[in-house]
Amino acid sequence: MEVITWLLESSLAGILVRGLAYGTPLLWGSLGEIYAERAGVVNLGVEGMMILGAFSGFATAHVTGNPVAGLCAAGLIGALAALLHAFFSITLRANQYVSGLALSMFGLGLSGLLGRGWEGIPLERPLPEVTILAPLGFALAVVLWVVLYHTRWGIILRTTGEAPAAADALGINVILVRYVAVVFGGLLAGIAGGFLSVAYRPSWTEGMTSGIGWIVVALAIFASWDPLKAIWTSLLFGVLFHLSFRLQTWIPAEPLQMMPFAFTIIVLTATARRSGRVRQAAPEALGLPYVRGER
Amino acid sequence: MRQLGPLRFEHDPESSLTRTMFVSALAIAAAFLVAGLIFWAYGVNPLRAYRVILVDTLADPRALPEIFVPAIPLLLAGIGLLLAFRAQFYNIGAEGQLLAGTIAATWIAVFTSTPGPLMLPMMFITGFLAGALWGLLPSLLKLRLNVNEVITTLMMNYIALYAVSWLVTGPWKGPSVRGFAYTDTFPDSAWLPYLPGTRIHWPTLLLGIALAILVAFLLNRTRFGFEIRVQGHSPEAARYAGINPLRTTLLVMLISGGFAGLAGVGEVAGIHHKLLDPSQVSLGYGYVAIIAAWLARGNPLAVIVTAVFFGLIYSSGDVMQVSLQMPARVTDVFNGLILFFLIGSERLLHYRVRWMPAATNQTVPATLPEEQAASGRERWKS
Repeated sequence: MEVITWLLESSLAGILVRGLAYGTPLLWGSLGEIYAERAGVVNLGVEGMMILGAFSGFATAHVTGNPVAGLCAAGLIGALAALLHAFFSITLRANQYVSGLALSMFGLGLSGLLGRGWEGIPLERPLPEVTILAPLGFALAVVLWVVLYHTRWGIILRTTGEAPAAADALGINVILVRYVAVVFGGLLAGIAGGFLSVAYRPSWTEGMTSGIGWIVVALAIFASWDPLKAIWTSLLFGVLFHLSFRLQTWIPAEPLQMMPFAFTIIVLTATARRSGRVRQAAPEALGLPYVRGER
Repeated sequence: MRQLGPLRFEHDPESSLTRTMFVSALAIAAAFLVAGLIFWAYGVNPLRAYRVILVDTLADPRALPEIFVPAIPLLLAGIGLLLAFRAQFYNIGAEGQLLAGTIAATWIAVFTSTPGPLMLPMMFITGFLAGALWGLLPSLLKLRLNVNEVITTLMMNYIALYAVSWLVTGPWKGPSVRGFAYTDTFPDSAWLPYLPGTRIHWPTLLLGIALAILVAFLLNRTRFGFEIRVQGHSPEAARYAGINPLRTTLLVMLISGGFAGLAGVGEVAGIHHKLLDPSQVSLGYGYVAIIAAWLARGNPLAVIVTAVFFGLIYSSGDVMQVSLQMPARVTDVFNGLILFFLIGSERLLHYRVRWMPAATNQTVPATLPEEQAASGRERWKS
């Protein structure tokens, strides 16, 4: 623990550590989104899944007194919320963008409704900010990268997102793979939200995700759907978020709070300019519902 | 063709008006049902909640006009969004475009010495331009570099949100308001008139209805509208037909953003008469307008009805806050559920349902046409 206090005192390393704290939910969230999108399903419901995770995580941690139980609940609720998106966008073949949007609205609404009596309560035993979920997130990114590029499961996942008809012809259950990927994405998004309310803030405020769920969606693109790249992209945005707090001593808060959102647009533009490489990296069937027998 | 109990589903790609309305009503009913379950879990008797909605909004002559207050911005922003969706451009940025309109209108009202009779027209014109400008960057990025417009328009919302809250806490904070985070009140010439006894700023309402008719004409009777429709059905077909997607999308987005900007002008000139915290200027109108546009199923005139419907949802949220002490977020629960059920029921639009019990079923000859492959149109809709 002394190492961490020392890191916080030295300025550049301190910024990095703080960036790591804010980057952690971005990392967990974008890893989940990368997997869902690799299977061909965009989930714009990250904001909703995160906020539901944040609330259920906080409530569970507060009631049980166990922050790890809180994180588990957050992941479970995130996964359940993702199941909703999966059902509408995969089974009912509804427009994925609009379904995700509906999930975000619903999540913000439901958490605001149920969480009303829980605001302003501090959590007695919060989780440490950077020592648990950040390294776990790095490890998870590596594991997910290995699974994606070097295992049979990874091939199945990528084929489902690139060429669902071919995957189907090979005997892969496209619908099942997509369900699993989306629900897994929701699990990670829920944990990301739980991190906010159990470790980062240790408290619950309505709407506390304040737009980072949308940035997570952008980060999946920025990382070219590569779990390893997600590490440094989320760290970069984590530092950016931290700076937007730190610099408030000298600069008014609002233009600084604007910064991550403006930077997202800049980053996406810059990525798109890289000679169309991103277009190749994007899963071919991203956003398209799969209907057997239709090309 | 599918058999489900005594019901038979026959494929029929062209949906009729009655079927569209029936399916939409079914979706909304289902959303209310699930919302009732959530209220019940929250500890509010759902029947009591429904009764509060019906009695305190629709049956109360003083509360009834309040439905139209949120309906006005929803109508204006909704028509613009509908146009964008028809051209396959997913503009999620109406909220930011609306706020951009409020900034422009406030600038005209507070910081320029525009003569009285010109004041309101100038506010609407600059509001339109500001909204259009706010939608311009995402559309250019989409067209030139294929950057996903959903994300960029969303990011622009947050940028507009923080821009407004920066203006009202910093440079534009009114000298006469003593510490509150809003601008000075607009001069009288920048106030929109109300229908007597209500908060309905009727010039904006009329503008919305006129624009709905205009867009309906544009879509159905002009070459530009034809181009939008072709592009919406199949971008490839549009390209082969020599339609310039750049021009079409850009124009559509300028109109779409501009209309949202007009909605913003209506809010500051009609309701608040000053610029204040963004969460008070727009109660998420830009997002709810997406649902209103979606519910209208591509018909601009239908937005008039759907905007009023979501106005009712907003009023319901208000009365539920007052009568049942529920938080403001309750409207988001409704909106999210309605949107879910709307898109979830979309496939039903392409099926004709017939009552056909198993007994009569056998008499049907086996030569009925098989279920057709989904057309291109169905694909973009689903």
